[in-house]
Amino acid sequence: MKIHEFQAKDILRKYGVAVPRGEVASTRDEAVSVARMLFEQGATGAVVKAQIHAGGRGKGGGVKIAKTVEQVGELAAQILGMNLVTHQTGPEGRIVRQLLVEETLPIERELYLGIVLDRAISKLVFMASKSGGMEIEEVAAKDPAAILKEVIDPGVGLTGFQARRLAFNLGMRGEQVKQAVPFMIALAKANQEMDCSLMEINPFITTTDGRVFALDAKVTFDDNALFRHPDVRELRDIHEEDPLEVEASKYNLNYIKLDGTVGCMVNGAGLAMATMDIIKYAGGMPANFLDVGGGANAEQITHAFEILLSDHAVKAVLINIFGGILRVDTLAKGVVEAARKTNIQLPIVLRLEGTNVEEGRKILAESGLNFIVAQTMKDAAEKVVAAAAGIQ
Amino acid sequence: MSVLVDKSTRLIVQGLTGKEGTFHAKQCAEYGTQVVGGVTPGKGGTTHEGWPVFNTVQEAVEKTGANATVIFVPPPGGGEAIMEAADAGIALIVCITEGIPAMDMIKAWAYMQGKGSRLIGPNCPGVISPGKCKIGIMPGRIHKEGSVGIVSRSGTLTYEAVHQLTQRGIGQSTAIGIGGDPIIGTTHIDAMKLFNDDPDTEAVIMIGEIGGSAEETAAAWVKANMKKPVVGFIAGQTAPEGRRMGHAGAIIAGGKGTAEEKMKVMTDAGIHVVVSPAEMGEAVARAIGK
Repeated sequence: MKIHEFQAKDILRKYGVAVPRGEVASTRDEAVSVARMLFEQGATGAVVKAQIHAGGRGKGGGVKIAKTVEQVGELAAQILGMNLVTHQTGPEGRIVRQLLVEETLPIERELYLGIVLDRAISKLVFMASKSGGMEIEEVAAKDPAAILKEVIDPGVGLTGFQARRLAFNLGMRGEQVKQAVPFMIALAKANQEMDCSLMEINPFITTTDGRVFALDAKVTFDDNALFRHPDVRELRDIHEEDPLEVEASKYNLNYIKLDGTVGCMVNGAGLAMATMDIIKYAGGMPANFLDVGGGANAEQITHAFEILLSDHAVKAVLINIFGGILRVDTLAKGVVEAARKTNIQLPIVLRLEGTNVEEGRKILAESGLNFIVAQTMKDAAEKVVAAAAGIQ
Repeated sequence: MSVLVDKSTRLIVQGLTGKEGTFHAKQCAEYGTQVVGGVTPGKGGTTHEGWPVFNTVQEAVEKTGANATVIFVPPPGGGEAIMEAADAGIALIVCITEGIPAMDMIKAWAYMQGKGSRLIGPNCPGVISPGKCKIGIMPGRIHKEGSVGIVSRSGTLTYEAVHQLTQRGIGQSTAIGIGGDPIIGTTHIDAMKLFNDDPDTEAVIMIGEIGGSAEETAAAWVKANMKKPVVGFIAGQTAPEGRRMGHAGAIIAGGKGTAEEKMKVMTDAGIHVVVSPAEMGEAVARAIGK
């Protein structure tokens, strides 16, 4: 689960990580009052940052610097409500609903800090680089040796000597090292205690007056661990998600909208991906990824149908189920129920295999509904692509 | 022969008294697996569906001589269950549970090191040696005894591969579902080593997914060491970057972990890579001349 920059900074602040002074605002008036407070506390400038769940906000015009309270008001009016397009939002962009108004700082150097899971060793790795502001993937591609790494011991956490080694190797001096070490240790502690799946401070800055700050913060949570962080669950912003994906998540369905015309409903993530692949191989394009999971019931199947059909780009539907835990007769009942309830007019191609497949096929045949039954994945893909093309 | 499991495997079920645990314990036993008991803390001393239930894994091992366990406990207790099994010295731990927090798996994996247990999963269908032993949730009847090994991150896609083989009259030595999570015990490369050393496995299907670099690592090993033909497929050729495709591990990040890259590395390693998932069985038939 993703959260906004201001939410990430609020969490980091609680762990003692230094972040610039600032507050979130959702109206021009609120932005002005935050700015007034910052200038009264001695800020020499304020930065107005659009809060959306995507990177590249600066380049897209969503981050601007103001020298006065009035300017903050003007910028807030300009940015709030704008449709911000960045390389991560896709061409449709995102509407800006909130701003973070923060003090500006005298930046000396821009560095990078990040914590990720290294799957090859099943441990967390603390990364640092001198190339702040750049995406770490870019640094890794150009000069992998420029990324400093410390493996975090699961029982111990990031140690003082590891943090010192990173700080010195980033080229920090005396007082900065003394600030950077607790900063990094606090970051690692927050990452572990809050069950983060990704944490990036980019840039991590040093200032000309010898301080260090998290100028930006990107924090993503492990969805599987949200059960022990009810407070984090509250931070979810559904405006940042596709409405159909939000709807799907209510019924524990795993749905991701794509650009094609063939809707698919599959059980199991691997088979769902493979089904998308074979649709493309047969000359079509999948409209979505939809994994109904191992234990789907008739109600979930009905909801899955409704979600598939509310994407108007869908011209035909392929249901590919290999029943292991999910019994094929259960699925067939759900499909028939859903097809009746939604009064579906689109062609539906079904390919069913696995536990109770005969009972499942019987239910479909006796339903009186016009399903296209396929024998193999290849057969199913070819039939659904032809059906989708026929409708267009 | 087969790898990991056979007729001498003695299985306990952690979470036996739950709905999933009960259903699949019965299914495994019906298939012919020696299910010898279960563990549900607080229900020790009772029997469930005829099996003795114990409070701890240690006690279950002492009383039943179990050498394998299958875990069905809910995600918050999944990491603990793995550690408890490793502590009790169980040789093979199969964890079916989906949704264990990554932080718990990091701890469990670190804890297991040096304890001599092998972990399959989590978030996997389990392992089956057709005609001998089934530990997991796969539909037993689609399998056929034979000589093709299968290793896959995905459950239903493994069934698909098995089904294609069985339809062609080609049996399987062992099918291992290694799981779709970022942190898993047995990896593709571990499975390839097992199949390479198994005299009764003559060919292997390796099914991968986008994300991570486990397939590439296994491919490099195959290139240098594998004595048997390998057929490969990578799911997620059409997956967009940066989106998690169901499995927590299946995500393309920063252009890394793409299907294209994996397929290229595997092809370079001499693996017969198929573009369409419908061609896995056919490619095996070609590779072993059937």
